[in-house]
Amino acid sequence: MEYQAKELFAKHGVATTLGVVVQTAEEAKAAAEQIGGVTVIKAQVKAGGRGKAGGVKLAKTADEAFEHASNILGMEIKGLTVNRVLVTPATPPVEEYYFSFLLDRSNRSYLCIASVEGGVEIEEVAKTNPEAVRQIPIDAGTGVDEAKARAIVEEAKFPAELADQAVAMVQALWKVFVEEDATLVEVNPLARLEGDKLEALDGKVSLDENASEVRHPEHEDFVIHEEADPLEAKAKAKGLNYVKLDGEVGIIGNGAGLVMSTLDVVAYAGEKHGNVKPANFLDIGGGASAEVMANGLDVILNDPQVKSVFVNVFGGITSCDAVANGIKGALELLGSEASKPLVVRLDGNNVDEGRAILDELNHPLVTQVDTMDGAADKAAELANG
Amino acid sequence: MSIYLNKDSKVIVQGITGGEGSKHTARMLAAGTQVVGGVNARKAGTTVTHTDASGAEVELPVFGSVAEAIEKTGADVSVAFVPPAFTKDAVVEAIDAEIGLLVIITEGVPVQDSAEFWAYAQGKKTRIIGPNCPGIITPGEALAGITPANIAGKGPIGLVSKSGTLTYQMMFELRDFGFSTAIGIGGDPIIGTTHIDALEAFEADPDTTAIVMIGEIGGDAEEKAAAYIKEHVTKPVVGYVAGFTAPEGKTMGHAGAIVSDGAGTAQGKKEALEAAGVKVGKTPSETAELMREILKGL
Repeated sequence: MEYQAKELFAKHGVATTLGVVVQTAEEAKAAAEQIGGVTVIKAQVKAGGRGKAGGVKLAKTADEAFEHASNILGMEIKGLTVNRVLVTPATPPVEEYYFSFLLDRSNRSYLCIASVEGGVEIEEVAKTNPEAVRQIPIDAGTGVDEAKARAIVEEAKFPAELADQAVAMVQALWKVFVEEDATLVEVNPLARLEGDKLEALDGKVSLDENASEVRHPEHEDFVIHEEADPLEAKAKAKGLNYVKLDGEVGIIGNGAGLVMSTLDVVAYAGEKHGNVKPANFLDIGGGASAEVMANGLDVILNDPQVKSVFVNVFGGITSCDAVANGIKGALELLGSEASKPLVVRLDGNNVDEGRAILDELNHPLVTQVDTMDGAADKAAELANG
Repeated sequence: MSIYLNKDSKVIVQGITGGEGSKHTARMLAAGTQVVGGVNARKAGTTVTHTDASGAEVELPVFGSVAEAIEKTGADVSVAFVPPAFTKDAVVEAIDAEIGLLVIITEGVPVQDSAEFWAYAQGKKTRIIGPNCPGIITPGEALAGITPANIAGKGPIGLVSKSGTLTYQMMFELRDFGFSTAIGIGGDPIIGTTHIDALEAFEADPDTTAIVMIGEIGGDAEEKAAAYIKEHVTKPVVGYVAGFTAPEGKTMGHAGAIVSDGAGTAQGKKEALEAAGVKVGKTPSETAELMREILKGL
C-alpha cells in the first residue's frame, strides 16, 4: 500500500512526505489538525484507480477531514474494503511525472520506465504518445550507478533545472529496488512542487516473496493479517500453498503445474454439471504425509462453499501408497469433521499399492477414479448434488 | 541422440552431502547416470557412498570447488541442490569453472539473484537449466535432476515444460511411445534455458520426431515460443497450457505463475500457439492423445 511504499522510500532517502495512517475518522481529524492547512485523505488499498473511485479527497479543515475519512473508511474499491486512510499535507504539483524500476521477465533483466508527461494518466499517455514514455533497459549485472542515473534522467527528458535532484532520486529509488529486493518500485506521480522540489507523491512497491523469505524477515511487518482471506491465513499458518477461489470443488494436488491443470480440468468438467467451479488451489508439494493431507483437507472442508473434494496426485518422487496412507490418516485425524465426498485419483509410482490401501479402507466418503479427466468429472458431478 | 544430456555425461552434484542432494544422487546413479563426485567446501576430501545401477557400491569424492571437481573428474554437468540463500554463489562458481551444463533444482531463489547470475552467464560457457525445476532426463541414458526415471523409456518425443509434475504426468500418458529427452525448465520468473532453447535443440536432434511443449500462466515465454515455432520448427509440436482458471494477481504455486494486468493468461498463450499451427490440448490427456495421433500418422 501507498503508506508502506512511502516508508520504504523514506528509509532509502527518496524525497516523500509520509503523512499519518489512521483507521478511524476521529484519528483522521486529529491528524489533519496536527498537520494543519489543507490535507488530502487517501484510501489505503492495494489497487489502482483510488482517485476515480472516490477514495482520495481534499480536506480544507479538520472537520472536512473527519467527514471524508468517515465516507472513505469502509468503502469498497475494486472489491477491497478500505480499512485505513492516509492523511497528508496537500501539496499541489506544478507538474506530474512517472517513474518506475521493474523486473523485466521477458528480457531476464530490469527495466526503467520514465515519462515527464502524464503522471497518473501514464497509461493514457502510453497509448496516445508512446514516444513520451521512455523504456530504458537496466543491466542486472551492473545496475544503476550515478552515470546510469544521469543517463536515465537525460533520456527521460527531465527539466535541466531539476536534473541533479532527479539523479539523486533515481539513485535512491534504485536503492529501494535492490536493497529491498523489489520486483516493482513505482512513483506515480513523481511531482514537481512549488519551489522546484521533486517529491514522490504516491508510490507502489512490490516485493519478491522468495527474497523476503531468504533475507528480509522485516518484510513480514508489511503483511496486514486482518485483510487476508481467513482460509488463506489459516493455510499459510500451516505452511500450505493455498489460494482461495470462488467455487464448489475443493482441490488438493501435488506440484504447482499439476494443480493448476487440475483446476482447469475441473472447470471444464463443471460445464456439464451445473457450472460448478474449483474452490481453491492447494499444492501439497512433493511429500504428502498424513499430517499435510489432514491440514489440507481441514482447510478445504472449512470452506462453506465446498461441496466435494478432488485429490489429484501423480506419484513421482512421492509414492502413491504414501499418499493413500496420508489420506487414510487424515480421515482418521479429522473423524466426523470430514463430511464431504472425496474423489481420489492416484497414478504413477506405486499406484497399485496406493489404490489397494484406499480400496481396503472402503470409506463411505471416498471414491477412486483412475484417470484425471474421469475423476474431475466425478468430483464436479458430486458438487452439483 | 538426445539434447544436452546423454550416457557419456559426467555429472557432479553441488550440495551432494545435504538431504536432497544425497537422496537424488542415489536416484541419479540408479538411473544409470555417471555421477562422478560432488562439491561441498566444508567437507572437501571426504567421500560419500551410494549404489549404482548395477547394484555395485560406488564411493564418490567430495571436492572443495566445482573447478577442482572438473579438474579431477572431467565432469561436464553439475546439478545444484543448494539452499536459496547460497544459490547465486554456487551458480557463479559453476560458471567460473566453465561447467557445460548447470541444472539448478532449488526452489525459492530470490529473483534478483537469478537476474544477476543470468547477466553474469552471458558470453560464458555454461548452459543453465532452472532454477525451480525438475531438471533433465534422457531416458535409458542419464538423469540430471529429480524426474522419476521409471515413468517412461526411450522414444521419439521431446518434451519441454515449466512444471515438474506436469512433466511426469505427460511422460506417464505417453509412456507407450517414450522420450528422447524431457526437460523441465522451471516455474520462476527468470530461468536459464527457455522453451525456445529446447525447441531449437529438439529440432536439431535426429532422434526427436515430435515435440510436446507445456506452459503455464505468467510472462510471455509461450508467446515467444509460438513465434519461434512458426519460423523455425518443422517437427510437429503439440502444446498444453495450465492456468485457465487462475485469478488475476494471484501467484499459483510457482513464483512466475501469475497473471498481472491482463498479461500472461492461459487463453492468450493458447491462442498464440494455435496461431503458430500448434495443436493445444484442453487437458493433459487430450494433449497426449493429440501427440499419439500425430505419431501414428507419421
